[in-house]
Amino acid sequence: MKFVKNQKSDDQLDLVCRMCPMHLLEPGDKLRCMKKGEVLEVLTDYDQALEDIPNWCERCGQDFIGVEEDDDCYKLYIRKKN
Amino acid sequence: MIKAYLDHASATPLRKEVIRAMEPFYGQYFANPMTIYDLGTGVKEKVEEARAQVADLLGAAPERIVFTSSGAEANNMAVKGVALANRKKGNRVIVSAVEHHSVLNSARFLERLDYEVTFLPVDSNGQLDPERLAKTLDEDTVLVSVMHANNEIGTIQHIAAMAALCKDKGVFFHADCVASVGQIPIGVEELGVDLLSISAQPIQGPKGMGALYVRKNVRTMPLIHGGIQERGMRAGTENVPGIIGFGVAAELAAKEIDENRKKLESLRNDLIHGIRERVPKATLTGHPEQRLPGHVSYCFQAIEGEALIFLLSQNGIYANTGSACASKALKLSPVLGALGVAPDVAQGSLVFTLNRTNNRQEIEHVLDTLPGVVERLRMMSPLWKDEIETAE
Repeated sequence: MKFVKNQKSDDQLDLVCRMCPMHLLEPGDKLRCMKKGEVLEVLTDYDQALEDIPNWCERCGQDFIGVEEDDDCYKLYIRKKN
Repeated sequence: MIKAYLDHASATPLRKEVIRAMEPFYGQYFANPMTIYDLGTGVKEKVEEARAQVADLLGAAPERIVFTSSGAEANNMAVKGVALANRKKGNRVIVSAVEHHSVLNSARFLERLDYEVTFLPVDSNGQLDPERLAKTLDEDTVLVSVMHANNEIGTIQHIAAMAALCKDKGVFFHADCVASVGQIPIGVEELGVDLLSISAQPIQGPKGMGALYVRKNVRTMPLIHGGIQERGMRAGTENVPGIIGFGVAAELAAKEIDENRKKLESLRNDLIHGIRERVPKATLTGHPEQRLPGHVSYCFQAIEGEALIFLLSQNGIYANTGSACASKALKLSPVLGALGVAPDVAQGSLVFTLNRTNNRQEIEHVLDTLPGVVERLRMMSPLWKDEIETAE
C-alpha cells in the first residue's frame, strides 16, 4: 500500500457510512465525468476498500496514487487514465 | 348532498395523469431497474427521469434526491442519519417543539443513544424565533431540524433565516417540507437548507413515496442497509410505479403552484372569515397571515373535535382534528400544547386542509353547516353550560 500526504485532487467522492460494493461502483461513475489526468479523492471508512480500490484501478486501467489516513476515514486517490 | 373533502393533509386522490403514468409499470414495464438487460435499463431510465422531475420541483440536482417510502422515512433519515454519521462533529440535535412525530420521535430515539436533544419552544402563533435558535446553537450542535410549515396549524417558519444561521456555525439544517410541498414554492437554494423532506401524497401522488434532498458533502448514515439502490443510501428494490407517479405529480405541482396558491388563498380566507363571523367562541390557531394557502384550523370552545368530525361527516364534510396519532390516542395535541392553547379549548380542534380540487360551493356548504353542528354539540356540553352561567 502506497501512502501519500497532502495529495491535491480535482474532485471528491464521500462514501463514508456507505457499504460494499458502493466503493467499487461510485468511483467509476464519478471518473466518467472527469478529464484525463484529473485526480479523484475517495473518502471511505470501509477497511476492505484499501485492498479493493487499488485492484479495481488496475482492472479498469486507472492510476491508483495512494492512500492517506484521516481522523475518521481513509482518503484514496485515483488519477484518471482513460 | 354536497360533499366537501377538506382533509388533504391526511390523504389526497391521485391525479388521473399520475394513475395513467403509473399503470404500465405494474405490468408491461415490471423489470427490476437494477438489472443490466434492456428490460431493466429501460425502467431505470424512467426512474431517473422521475428523479429529475422531483428534483426540478425543489430546484435541486437530480443526484441529490434519495427516494424513500414516505415523508416520515425521509425525516428519520435526515435526523438520525446526520446525527449518527457526524457524531464526531457534535452530540447535540435541536428541533422545534412543533415538529411532526417522525422528527420528534427520531430525536427522542437519539436521546436514548445519549445524544443531547433540545426541543425549542415556539410563540403563540407556532413560529420559532430565529434569534432564539441563534442563542441556542453551540459548538456541539450537529443538526437543526425545523419544519417549513406545520400540518396542524399551517404556520410557516422562517426557514431561510434559520438555515443561514446554521450555515454560519457549520451546523447542518434540515427542513421537513411535507406539509408545504405543492402549496408554496420550495427551493433548496432559496431556503439554503442542507436536507429537505417531501412526500408524494400532498401533491396527489401515490402513498408510500417520499424523498430526501441531501446537499453535496452532507454525510448521512443509511438507515436501511442492503443493496445498491439509491446509490447505497437506501436499500430495497425500488417502488417503480410509485416513483413514476411521484415524478408526474411533482412536475404538475411545479407547473401549477402559482395558480393553485391564488385559488387556495381565496378559499382559505373565505373559510377563516366565515367561521369567525358565524361561530362564537372560535379561535383561529396558527399564524393569521403566515400560514399555508390551503390551511384553516380553529378551536371551538366547550366541544370535542372528534364529535365535530363525526357530525360534519354526516353532512358530507370531511375534516380532521389535527394530528391523527394524537387524536386516536385521545391525547391532547402536543402542537396546540406548545402554542399555549388551554386543554379545554384545544380539545375542540378542527383542521381543514384544502387543495386544488376544492371549490367555493364546498366552502359555502361548510359555512352553512358548521354553525349548526357546533351549536348542537354545545347544547349537549356541560362545559358550555358552565360557560354561559359564568358569562351571565
